[in-house]
Amino acid sequence: MSTASASSAIEVRSLTRRFGAFTAVDAISFDVAAGEVFGFLGANGAGKTTAIRMLIGLLAPTSGSARVAGFDVATQAEEVKRHIGYMSQRFSLYEDLTVRENITLYGGIYGLSDRAIDERTAALVDRLDLGRDLDARVKAIPLGWKQKLAFSVAVLHEPTVVFLDEPTGGVDPITRRQFWELIYATAAQGTTVFVTTHYMDEAEYCDRISIMVDGRIAALGTPAELKTRFERETIDDVFVHLARPGTAA
Amino acid sequence: MSDADPAVSAVSLTKRFGDVVALDDVTFDVRSGELFGLIGPDGAGKTTLFRLLTTLQLADTGSARVLDLDVVKDYRAIRARIGYMPGRFSLYADLSVEENLRFFASVFGTTIEAGERLIAPIYSQIARFADRRAGALSGGMKQKLALCCALVHLPELLLLDEPTTGVDAVSRREFWDLLATLRVEGLTIVASTPYMDEAARCDRVALIQHGRILEIADPRAIGARFDRPLLAVRSAERVALLRALREHPYAHSVFPFGEAVHYTDQRVDREASEIAAELRRHLAARGLTDATVSVTEPGIEDVFMALMQRAPKAAA
Repeated sequence: MSTASASSAIEVRSLTRRFGAFTAVDAISFDVAAGEVFGFLGANGAGKTTAIRMLIGLLAPTSGSARVAGFDVATQAEEVKRHIGYMSQRFSLYEDLTVRENITLYGGIYGLSDRAIDERTAALVDRLDLGRDLDARVKAIPLGWKQKLAFSVAVLHEPTVVFLDEPTGGVDPITRRQFWELIYATAAQGTTVFVTTHYMDEAEYCDRISIMVDGRIAALGTPAELKTRFERETIDDVFVHLARPGTAA
Repeated sequence: MSDADPAVSAVSLTKRFGDVVALDDVTFDVRSGELFGLIGPDGAGKTTLFRLLTTLQLADTGSARVLDLDVVKDYRAIRARIGYMPGRFSLYADLSVEENLRFFASVFGTTIEAGERLIAPIYSQIARFADRRAGALSGGMKQKLALCCALVHLPELLLLDEPTTGVDAVSRREFWDLLATLRVEGLTIVASTPYMDEAARCDRVALIQHGRILEIADPRAIGARFDRPLLAVRSAERVALLRALREHPYAHSVFPFGEAVHYTDQRVDREASEIAAELRRHLAARGLTDATVSVTEPGIEDVFMALMQRAPKAAA
């Protein structure tokens, strides 16, 4: 994708953030299309977290610009927040509330009507087969269910873009794939999915990925393109090659 | 103990916590000098197994020997001869790097200098932060310090509970490189991980789920445990592709796998090329004209999933 179009859910132009003399994010530019699953990778300290904090409207850029869901992150941060969802590895679910209470709570926070909450709860129960567990406390349900529920809650208000921070750590490989299918189904309906992860085999599930090194985007493309371009068999090898030149990879 | 004796020998270990069966009749050996991986998701029982082997908890039934010593009767002797790195960062955040190391050495009645042989290659990577508080280290550096603290008393067996969880890809690789170096020194290592791609770094792995060992194998030979052809199918229309493959009358398993979808057929004895040709026709008939089908080698995740589906208890 070369130019911004009406269908870009995220448009980033020379986005920069400095902390004193340190440039954490150094003039990065990229676009993410509507309905795309985009992987945002980088080693610790590469500037990933700073970039994401700007994209979700929590941190003002030093220079450059970014539009998320059509809104400018610097001047329309509140609008940005209303049109995105966010799920972190440490889930934002309340462990002592039931599944239903969590859904209702987040529906309320996102400003959904009671009727909309009821409808979406029913749809979600159907899709995730949650019927039996609807009145169970979240702490009592298995990790895989929690991840699926946390994701579903993050998209309850049908955001334009959903940000996932290391979404599938620790689950078995079948549950992990069920999670990715949930992501694909959501993306197929037009929601853009922006994923960060430390685990490079996870990155292979994304439509395109970017790899950040020292505040810049060192590579961007489909997983297959990057493996071909850098003549490596896995994204893990591509990543180590870029992030730590000189390491055998 | 001779080299022929296993470093760990567990027989029918079972441990319950209330209604939860954390370990269910677990039997395995770890050979002396081997790098042995325990591969399984959160909740599989990996941590409980470490707690039994490190003599921190008692099994309900079954027995285990570590370095040819009984985990119940000889627990004191075992503790002096093993190094254990728990999953949670368990160093003193307010002590400096060097103070932590000195503390752990003194607990085992030794000194940093005496531990030099094993820790030097690792400590040299963090020595420039010797005065930094452990709490202020990066994730990768914390892991290296924790590893030094587990090695300072020159143990014969090193037990590592998810040492690479939460650290970035570069640090993970460096950590496994360090373990490979320690293995050359003759140390026996048991390391757990939920990340299947790390299995390749081990001599042998146990795949563990719901407290049971599903399989023990050499990770390089594990594909041989797969009992049928595996096909990798690709299309830009991922959701439609998954649906179309599941609609195939002989579909056995259909899983997303990175950029591809992995397919197995119910007809175990059919030639892979024959199934591939049939899938191409099946997908073209459903409008997926860009679909490609190729025969592929099963990896550890394919094997793990096949074993999970065969196991009596379904996935969570």
